Amino acid sequence: MTRHSDYKSKYKHVGQPYSRKDARKKVTGQARYAFDLELPGMLHGKIMLSPHARAKIRSIDASAARALPGVKAVITGEDTDLKVGLYMQDKKVMARGETRYQGEAVAAVAAIDEKIAEQALALIKVDYEPLQPVTSLDQALEAKILVHEDINDIPHLEGIFFPQPDSNIASLNKNRKGDVEQAFAESDLVLENEFSLPAVGHVPMETHVTIVQADPYSNHIKIWSSAQSPFALRQMMAWSFGIKDADVEVYIPYVGGAFGGKAGIHLEPLAALLSKAAGGAPVKIRPSREQEFNQLPTRAGMRGRIKTGVTKEGKIKAIKVVYDWDSGAYADYGVNVGKTAVYSGVGPYEVENSYIDSRTIYTNKVFSTAYRGFGHLETHWTIERQMDIISQKLGIDPVELRLKNLLVPGSRTISGELITESSGSPTDCLNAVVKEIGWTGRKTDQERAKEWKTGKVRGKGFAMLQKAPAMPTNTASSVIVQMVGDGHVKIMIGAIDFGQGANTIIAQIAAEELDLPIEMIEVVDEVNTNNNPYDWNTVASKFTFMGGNAIVMACRDLMKQMKEIAAQILRTIPENLRHGEGYIYHVHNPERRVSYKSMALGYAYPDGMGIGGPLIAHGSSIADGLTNMHPETGHGHPALDWTYGAHAVDLEVDVETGEITVLKVASAFDIGQVINEKLTYGQVTGGVVQGLGSAVLEAYKFNDANVLMNPSFTDNKIPTMKDMPLEIVPIYIENPQHDGPYGARGVGEHPMISIPSAVGNALYDALGINFHKLPLSPENVALEILKQTGKIA
Amino acid sequence: MAETKDFSRFAEHPASKQAPVDLCLTVNGQEVCYSIDPTMSLLHFLRDKMKLFGTKEACGEGECGACTVIMNGEAVTSCLILAVEAEGANVLTVEGLAGKNKLSILQEEFIANDALQCGFCTPGLLMSARALLDHNPQPSDEEIQEALAGNLCRCTGYVPILAAVKAAAERERAELKS
Repeated sequence: MTRHSDYKSKYKHVGQPYSRKDARKKVTGQARYAFDLELPGMLHGKIMLSPHARAKIRSIDASAARALPGVKAVITGEDTDLKVGLYMQDKKVMARGETRYQGEAVAAVAAIDEKIAEQALALIKVDYEPLQPVTSLDQALEAKILVHEDINDIPHLEGIFFPQPDSNIASLNKNRKGDVEQAFAESDLVLENEFSLPAVGHVPMETHVTIVQADPYSNHIKIWSSAQSPFALRQMMAWSFGIKDADVEVYIPYVGGAFGGKAGIHLEPLAALLSKAAGGAPVKIRPSREQEFNQLPTRAGMRGRIKTGVTKEGKIKAIKVVYDWDSGAYADYGVNVGKTAVYSGVGPYEVENSYIDSRTIYTNKVFSTAYRGFGHLETHWTIERQMDIISQKLGIDPVELRLKNLLVPGSRTISGELITESSGSPTDCLNAVVKEIGWTGRKTDQERAKEWKTGKVRGKGFAMLQKAPAMPTNTASSVIVQMVGDGHVKIMIGAIDFGQGANTIIAQIAAEELDLPIEMIEVVDEVNTNNNPYDWNTVASKFTFMGGNAIVMACRDLMKQMKEIAAQILRTIPENLRHGEGYIYHVHNPERRVSYKSMALGYAYPDGMGIGGPLIAHGSSIADGLTNMHPETGHGHPALDWTYGAHAVDLEVDVETGEITVLKVASAFDIGQVINEKLTYGQVTGGVVQGLGSAVLEAYKFNDANVLMNPSFTDNKIPTMKDMPLEIVPIYIENPQHDGPYGARGVGEHPMISIPSAVGNALYDALGINFHKLPLSPENVALEILKQTGKIA
Repeated sequence: MAETKDFSRFAEHPASKQAPVDLCLTVNGQEVCYSIDPTMSLLHFLRDKMKLFGTKEACGEGECGACTVIMNGEAVTSCLILAVEAEGANVLTVEGLAGKNKLSILQEEFIANDALQCGFCTPGLLMSARALLDHNPQPSDEEIQEALAGNLCRCTGYVPILAAVKAAAERERAELKS
């Protein structure tokens, strides 16, 4: 365990705090984003959004818009029946016949400038018949109104997702282990609680900008997009349009933030339809911030109803949970979020008897998708608050209670996976943050009462977390490594570096493998599906692990090639050769050596004769050992790598205003091996503050008609520099995972998970009040204080 | 409802059909004169006319700070300023921060402290930080937080940004002394 400031790597390159490779371009304004791109003949697309959460579209009259000079194309739902989707194919490119959320696209225009496109939108007349929307989970579960009347016929990934007949349940996923009812009967304490949290936005600073050029004479479609998964986008685009993957070209320049919200496919099909209708001109769609909030997907709201049975000593006997996800109008990706709950939904604990129903539910709200660590911040809000309340009821220290139940080598997860030393240690994580935060036990009522008089109360809280990549069992990554004539190395990957640092860490692993200075290694920074090798998606904290394994494999292949050539040149066998600092040399006599550079494009003997050839290698990795889960029990092998973690929060709350000041956050993660200390630090500080946004600030607010009331930064705030904690201390635990690159596991998403839980638990320590709903905003906290102190009803 | 929403604030500058006006100002040390639509914002002037794409736009209504530039020594959100208001002004954008073929101390410290991830907010943050340090070479943490609170960043959690500005302030003071 190492505090970030004391971290020292045992490797020459791996673990070193190198500055990110793309930083210079980003501090000089040279980095170009899809937002900045202009193409010859480019048109501007604008989208008309439904003002109603649920309505029949009786008719659309776009004739005046079509007649406006400068307008090159107008399309409405009547023009297209194309669907978009992967897991649950429930969404059309554009609303057709009816709208299912306020913000859904009903018409689109391409024009020579944005103003004309805007004017054209205003000329489109839509005759709506507003219908009663499904506004809540309970109303949805009654199934009196079906958001999708064709729910019984929606194509979906069968055997993985389970839409329920004649209902609003897009998927019911289950876990069953042991006998929970028997275990509850044998428990000393059985505790039931409900926890919930609202939808929030990903809020990438660059919105979902896209430019698409669709050839009217062929199936060929070319895309430039602010997207995080070029190959998934290619696949989904081809699927929507019924064309071949090879017909679609995707170019990804720099991406201004993603967080899961730019995975998959978004405005690209609409832009393609506009382009085709406009005779093949490129069409750019730049969503405004308001449009981004209204139209583009969110993190789903969630309600968790949990029942836990424990012995009086604090050993968990059984957990039964129903997780209900408010996925909004569509659930293509939402069902995958819901699915995570059935294998990760009890946290990093050993639970002999479990029963989980996870229901992804349709309502007439803006739809949901993956958001950083998807499913996990939500389920851990339920699990980790519940653990805290159990510790209160039993009078056991919250750290003690957790230590009694954490997974250890030999434990099995609720899906039956065996935990080993190679899995990492949640216990090490908890012990590290307990030490860092200086925990001496929970406050007494007397201490609280005394502090209360000062107007400000301090409290500390803990929360555990775990997450493994949520991805198909055969997920794959690949890389290509080439040496250029001067001995520099160029690497192409299929993942996108949208700030998480993929390019830099891949270069570092290559530098370690090839023993070259980091400056001599470049990862090509604009990815396109024509040149770059395949990668499934840039999501799930999986790239360091999978791309890392691929680059190790590629570099070792490159090295093997060099040694075979060098063996000929040096008149020895490859087994007698070693490498270092740009040379292959003989193990016994280092003076017998040949430089990488001289072999890079093929070696020439002094007499001119050539051998070898350009040095090029590739590496491919596929998720190893994963299986689909049993549809009834949820048993199987879902996890490539569990990354465990723990947070400790020290905060102060103003008992009058309800305002929380976070004094310190200590966060420990068992990441196996730090690949870049500086970038890991940034993932932690960034994730912790994003988690604090979910904890104390962010929430979508809908009125009774399901119209989003706060689609702007004015009313839907994200943390500013004034909201950062006074201190964040990342702590790295390095219990290696034996099949990971240098033992590493992913950590991109994890810092955000369980931050709300730790804040909620610290609030209890401070106030003696248990909170069940997010956000813990000043108004919600102050109101609860007034209620609990009897000042309001 | 959708029909009445005003998307134009987040758009490439639309022609207003008003008579063009002349605008002369200094941008990154260079005097320039353009004939422009009088309704054009300073942001769209910089991006669309001068093709300085470093300055970003992420909300179009002065809430996020991505479009921050320095005008006559003050950090301003260029999306809320008409270009004609900059007549005769001295404007500095991210493209003007570095010295000749050499990054400025502030830029170097942003890199060294990893004060950026996706980089979309970075130009605006650099300009707010530059304006702060020009006025206050030795800012406290609170003063830095106050000065940069109008610049949203979704990636870094701000901690590395605070560290970068403090480090830059220290190095700049040391350089002044020597």
